[in-house]
Amino acid sequence: MATADDLKFQEFDDAANLLAANPDATTISIDEPVEIPKNQHSRLQEPGREEDDELLGTDDSDKTELLAGQKKSAPFWTFEYYQTFFDVDTYQVLDRIKGSVFPVPGKNFVRLYIRSNPDLYGPFWICATLVFTIAVSGNLSNFFIHLGKPTYHYVPEFRKVSIAATTIYAYAWLVPLALWGFLMWRNSKVMNIVSYSFLEIVCVYGYSLFIYIPTAVLWIIPQKVVRWVLVVFSLCLSGSVLVMTFWPAVRDDNRRIAVATVATILLLHALLAVGCLAYFFDAPELDIPAPIIPVHNSTNKV
Amino acid sequence: FPGLADVSIPQDIPVEGEITVPVGSHSPDEDYSTLDEPVKDTIMRDLKAVGKKFVHVMYPRKSSALLRDWDLWGPLVLCVSLALMLQGGSADSKDDGGPQFAEVFVIIWFGAVVITLNSKLLGGTISFFQSLCVLGYCVMPLTVAMLVCRLVLLAGAGTVSFIIRLIVVGAMFGWSTLASTAFLADSQPPNRKALVVYPIFLFYFVISWMILTFTPQ
Repeated sequence: MATADDLKFQEFDDAANLLAANPDATTISIDEPVEIPKNQHSRLQEPGREEDDELLGTDDSDKTELLAGQKKSAPFWTFEYYQTFFDVDTYQVLDRIKGSVFPVPGKNFVRLYIRSNPDLYGPFWICATLVFTIAVSGNLSNFFIHLGKPTYHYVPEFRKVSIAATTIYAYAWLVPLALWGFLMWRNSKVMNIVSYSFLEIVCVYGYSLFIYIPTAVLWIIPQKVVRWVLVVFSLCLSGSVLVMTFWPAVRDDNRRIAVATVATILLLHALLAVGCLAYFFDAPELDIPAPIIPVHNSTNKV
Repeated sequence: FPGLADVSIPQDIPVEGEITVPVGSHSPDEDYSTLDEPVKDTIMRDLKAVGKKFVHVMYPRKSSALLRDWDLWGPLVLCVSLALMLQGGSADSKDDGGPQFAEVFVIIWFGAVVITLNSKLLGGTISFFQSLCVLGYCVMPLTVAMLVCRLVLLAGAGTVSFIIRLIVVGAMFGWSTLASTAFLADSQPPNRKALVVYPIFLFYFVISWMILTFTPQ
């Protein structure tokens, strides 16, 4: 029985089961650089490199690098070139959003959802929505906190929209640029690292910001505990998507550099959340009678 | 060829006729003929076109007139009047007030351009200026809402007036979004309609927010 099975292409599950059933049998497993069998792998079962390569499709990524130049064959000054970045349907965008909010352990967001079709629609409009959501919720939250105080006069605080826009778009474009440059540099030193194209990194970052939209709406609730719980929760979700995406790309490198890279990614992500919370949302004050000096933007403590 | 000898035309019959083609009275190329008309006629023609489009926005039906003969006069007038009405709010020294004139202008025009680019990049078949025209004209319900809000605020700024303003702005926001979607949705590929409608929703939401949070000093 074992010899007949040896000659067939074997999925990892079969190999594991066969080995478990028959520990002494010799097995031949052939790597298949094709589509990932979606619902069968779990990272915890097989810590070997081959499984990760298959999951990430290293050959696939190399081909992606080459194909990325070939797919967008229109010259960059034509309109068709930019149309290739918007080649997504509604259900694809919704799937990608869902994948960024519910990270599944073991599934790589880029390989599973983006699959060499990065789009700019998601990142751009999620950032735009986030900018306005933060500005509007911040304004609403400040209004409810200061409601009833005699010295308070409501202002729409429109300046903050431009500040929010600058911050969020800078984060969503400059950090991926820096990360891409860094990964390219490390890739030249240490071979065989899974590498992503710049657009794929922008895509991951853009979709990972989606969780902050409902978080920003819920930040209207003027309770410190609630706000911080929300920060931690959303950071866990989107941070895990980022970590699972970028850990395979740096894992082959020097241990310290890999850990430092992932830590920096998480730190910047946390900094964005905490910074937005501190700047746009005033601290929910206790019931202290308002002092004689009119209250300016007291955003130092959160 | 035996029968062809009968076909020859004798040389002595004169051939006569007109070289020029008679021009119909409704020729599209009337540039040289509208120079002589009174200025009032020219202006009235453009004003009538603009007015017809306003009526189209008020009762949105799927008509191609709005799309075919686009013009940007209506959007310009609406944008300027909206930006002017949004002035005078909280213009004190700390500049945390409402949007300035330039900010409103930029948001409306830049937002419309971005939405148009977005729909074209997603594969829409509408032309650039037609889309700008539709998005600009559909700001009209919100301009009406702004007018109503200013009138209501003249009466008072309490909770009741806020609720009235909220209802009016909300209704006009829905009307704007529905009107522009009615005009633009047909030109989009069918499986991407939601991707195109969402930015329009966001655009009118931002304008509605600016209108609703207007507080006079």
